[in-house]
Amino acid sequence: MQLKHTPLYATHVAAGARIVPFAGWEMPVQYEGVIAEHQAVRNAIGLFDISHMGILDFAGEGVNAFLDGILTNKVSDLAENQIRYSLICRPDGGVLDDVLIYRLPTHYRLVVNASNTDKIVDWLEHQNATQHWSIEVAVKNSSLALLAVQGPGATPLLQDMIGAAADLAAVRYYRGTQVPFLGQTITATRTGYTGEDGFELFVPADDAEEAWHALLEKGAPHGIKPVGLGARDTLRLEAGLPLYGHELDDATSPFDAGLQKFVRFRNRQFIGKEALLEERRMGPDRELIGLELIDRGIAREGTLVVVDGEDVGVVTSGTFSPTLQKAIAIANVETGTALVGSTLHVRVRADLRKARVVALPFYQRPR
Amino acid sequence: MNIPDELCYTKEHEWARMEGDLCVVGITDYAQGELGDIVYVELPEPGTSVDIMGEFGVVESVKTASDLYSPIAGEIVEINDELADSPELVNDSPYDEGWMLKIRPSNLDEDWETLLDAEGYKAVVAESGEH
Repeated sequence: MQLKHTPLYATHVAAGARIVPFAGWEMPVQYEGVIAEHQAVRNAIGLFDISHMGILDFAGEGVNAFLDGILTNKVSDLAENQIRYSLICRPDGGVLDDVLIYRLPTHYRLVVNASNTDKIVDWLEHQNATQHWSIEVAVKNSSLALLAVQGPGATPLLQDMIGAAADLAAVRYYRGTQVPFLGQTITATRTGYTGEDGFELFVPADDAEEAWHALLEKGAPHGIKPVGLGARDTLRLEAGLPLYGHELDDATSPFDAGLQKFVRFRNRQFIGKEALLEERRMGPDRELIGLELIDRGIAREGTLVVVDGEDVGVVTSGTFSPTLQKAIAIANVETGTALVGSTLHVRVRADLRKARVVALPFYQRPR
Repeated sequence: MNIPDELCYTKEHEWARMEGDLCVVGITDYAQGELGDIVYVELPEPGTSVDIMGEFGVVESVKTASDLYSPIAGEIVEINDELADSPELVNDSPYDEGWMLKIRPSNLDEDWETLLDAEGYKAVVAESGEH
């Protein structure tokens, strides 16, 4: 398969980034080093190219009702420039993807995981055809780049670059705005996947390189660094945010992953509703927990979780936390087997190592 | 990338150097660069015996875990205790402060013949880079 490139690929290569294949794309995994990039986001500003995320725009009669029938979270009452996190489920409640739905001034937009873009487009087209809608779904990745500017210095930097045309501090979390940026009007949204404040910018593909360099140049006095997928993963893990293919998959329900608040049942129909109502009634048999290793080593994905000699679950994501300076992991376990504050074991390379069950998230930014 | 001429190497990216009658072992500059930020180094207790190309420990970076293989057979007489608290020494100084083991060789002459010189190791690295 031919791997795809974002509009910034050549820029990443020129910057000396290490490039890896990821979900059908060649993407930068690190520039300077995962820990230095991670710390830049926590303490200053990080700049991410996330143009591999699937960007789907919708047009046609009844888009609002069409999407409301597919997403587990409510679409119909979104305000202009409001954004929501949602799941897309199969009829049996298994998660096909976790997404952001945007109600932009002119149309609805869905941002989906790169690894799931083709699957979700097929799913939407299938619903469109079988339920006799005439919705147009357009993948915008060839014309739009998506940049994330994250960290305590992100909003001040963007405000400085935008000037008096907009007040970014007044844009609430999970809201967006249209602002002038380097001679274009772009959509900037107060969203992210790092546990820090910041914005994500939809920039025309032709302007992506100029925007990237301008942000790095203007942000240089404030400690901005380009950040690759390596630190994107350690940042989201510290913030307790799920990653599809790890904490979520089509055998996992939103309830299993603790995402029930993104399933809205009242006065609406959506794919998976019946199965999820039943699951709500019964209670989920799995749950996600946080672990901090007491013994040395890292419990990576696939590591078994052991309580009183019994396997009760498996690590879904594990890494070294640069902020906490210890190994952390998220694990999927049988409900009720691992209570916060208790200690249990993880099987790292045939050794049982001690770990403490902690509340998620591992990290919350100071406010 | 630094591949000193005076060291010997394995295909698994360890280096070896004789100091008196002990063999000092670590991982190469290329290996530390590929691993990225190193956060744990697990080494055996001194007194442990190790076979040629036997696993003697694990190095963990943020991204991945990688087994360590002994260039020669013998008894491990000393480990670098500094790495327990400062694993980043392997990134910063792979051939000096980031050393891992000192081994008393049990079959030095034959084992040493199996190691690569700097030119041979450069070819291994060049091949890895093509993947």
